[in-house]
Amino acid sequence: MTQAAPLTIANLTAHYGKTKVLDDLSLDIGAGELVSLLGASGCGKTTTLRLIAGFLKPTSGTIRLGPQDLSALPAHKRNIGLVFQNYALFPHLSVLENVAFGLKQRGMSGSERTRAAKSMLERVGLTALGDRLPSALSGGQRQRVALARALVIEPPLLMFDEPLSNLDAKLRVDMRVEIRQLQRANGTTSVFVTHDQEEAFSISDRVAIMDAGRIRQLDTPEVLYQRPANAFVARFVGFENLIPLNVTARDGEMIEASGAGGVSLKLSQKALGEIPDDFILATRPEGLRVVAEETGLPCTLGLRTYLGRTYHYQAETAVGALTASGPLTQPLSPGDRAWLTPVAEQCCILPAEPA
Amino acid sequence: MTGRISPLLIAFTVLVYLFLLGPLVIVIGASISDTTFLTFPPQGLSLRWFEKIFEMSAFRRTMVTSLQIAFASTTIALLIGIPAAYALNRYRITLPAWLSTLFVLPVLVPEIVLGFSILRSIQVGAGVPVLGALLIGHTLIVLPYCVRVISASLASFDFSVEEAAISLGSPPIKTFFTIVLPNVQSGVIAAFILAFITSINDVSVALFLTGPGISTLPIQILAHVEQFFDPVIASVSVLLMFLTVAVMVIVERTLGLTFLAK
Repeated sequence: MTQAAPLTIANLTAHYGKTKVLDDLSLDIGAGELVSLLGASGCGKTTTLRLIAGFLKPTSGTIRLGPQDLSALPAHKRNIGLVFQNYALFPHLSVLENVAFGLKQRGMSGSERTRAAKSMLERVGLTALGDRLPSALSGGQRQRVALARALVIEPPLLMFDEPLSNLDAKLRVDMRVEIRQLQRANGTTSVFVTHDQEEAFSISDRVAIMDAGRIRQLDTPEVLYQRPANAFVARFVGFENLIPLNVTARDGEMIEASGAGGVSLKLSQKALGEIPDDFILATRPEGLRVVAEETGLPCTLGLRTYLGRTYHYQAETAVGALTASGPLTQPLSPGDRAWLTPVAEQCCILPAEPA
Repeated sequence: MTGRISPLLIAFTVLVYLFLLGPLVIVIGASISDTTFLTFPPQGLSLRWFEKIFEMSAFRRTMVTSLQIAFASTTIALLIGIPAAYALNRYRITLPAWLSTLFVLPVLVPEIVLGFSILRSIQVGAGVPVLGALLIGHTLIVLPYCVRVISASLASFDFSVEEAAISLGSPPIKTFFTIVLPNVQSGVIAAFILAFITSINDVSVALFLTGPGISTLPIQILAHVEQFFDPVIASVSVLLMFLTVAVMVIVERTLGLTFLAK
């Protein structure tokens, strides 16, 4: 069993040439915790991983693993288990030799490392394949070997760089359950880099949503999904409708807010929480209902999409194009006049974006 | 048309092979002739012209020189070429594009120009002795082959494999020898063969650089032809040919030639 160590990143900044790719990033990961770095390509998630691994040098900032300052160590002394997107197995070594490689570097005797490697292969269900070369394995098997190779050195920190992207959909789901179980059983602190939101949310204790070299929000998947802290994260997790508004009247719990084109909405602070003077009302299509009564935002309906449980409508309003949902019982047609009513429980109040 | 090969195609193929192999057959034939002059078809069979090569000290000496120069220049070119190819591929994104062109430049410059410029600058200019200048010249002409062939091998090498080894505790230099090199082995061997053969067969650069008392085999062949017209020239050519073939055969036997196609 490994002794897990907390990872502390403080004020990390990195450049590629003159381009700033990581901007004053700080991140605390608890011992035994699995945190995902989630974002589109170029957001700095892989850079962060490579800085922790020691393949890149930061411009400034510190990385600590437990009591140890990693920045002072070369990559080969950092003792971090790495799992790569393209597996990165040693093509000229057998599966068993691949797994035993890290143990050999640690000076373990031949018979001992064979025993340890074999028992690790057993844990990932590849006992019978020890003598094969990596080229004779399927993608899923290769990733299991890569996992075994990273785990067998019992690192205090495990890092995954898009480990499932090269697998097909079904295998991807199986493997992520397997990775999570092994990580839980070992209690190893882990960093998981991915661009796949479902993957990140399903596997992680907490997720850091990254953009332009910064963490936009770090929280549990539940909070991120229901209570995004800003417009970027909101859009990322599917709040398609972002309506900028400002409060025109307050009456106890109720407020009245107006937006572009003179639209006006009545909202309850009881359901939505404290509403500042300038804010953005964010909803998913499910949180914005199309109704025939005159309440909410007036709109003209556009394309209607059938989604099994509801219809989605493209709706043209004074504040711009929005996506709303409506019941199957009363389908409306493109061109119809209708109103959009936000469902308070499925809305979010976000701070206004600086212009 | 299925299963039937057109007679025209057969005729054409035979012609191509005749064109490619004909001269070689003539040289081999001439080399075993019992006459004192070059002739084909051979009149009488004899291996005495082969014996003669080894009796003539000029051929013996130049053959040794050629082998020494080929071996030494290839080794030096590999020692420069392997790290160069590694760096060009490993840091492809950050390195300027002209850098890889720099290493193929000696191939683009006509060899005769290269030979002359080495003569001017290194032999005459810097006073480097003949053997040293030859070694430098041949290293220059074989280096592009080494860099190119090993680069091709490295192009399909996934450098995250190297990073995986480092993350598992293997220091970078050790990783190069235990992980990177075994995976480009075939490229290194192919580069060695190409470079060795290029050096052994070189005429144009050596023409400028050979001097009093020191010459390479191809230059000696040229010098001999200018004065004599005996079958020794044919037998030396055959020997040179077999030397080249022998290198290929040894490699074929030990590693298989299929890797050359990779």
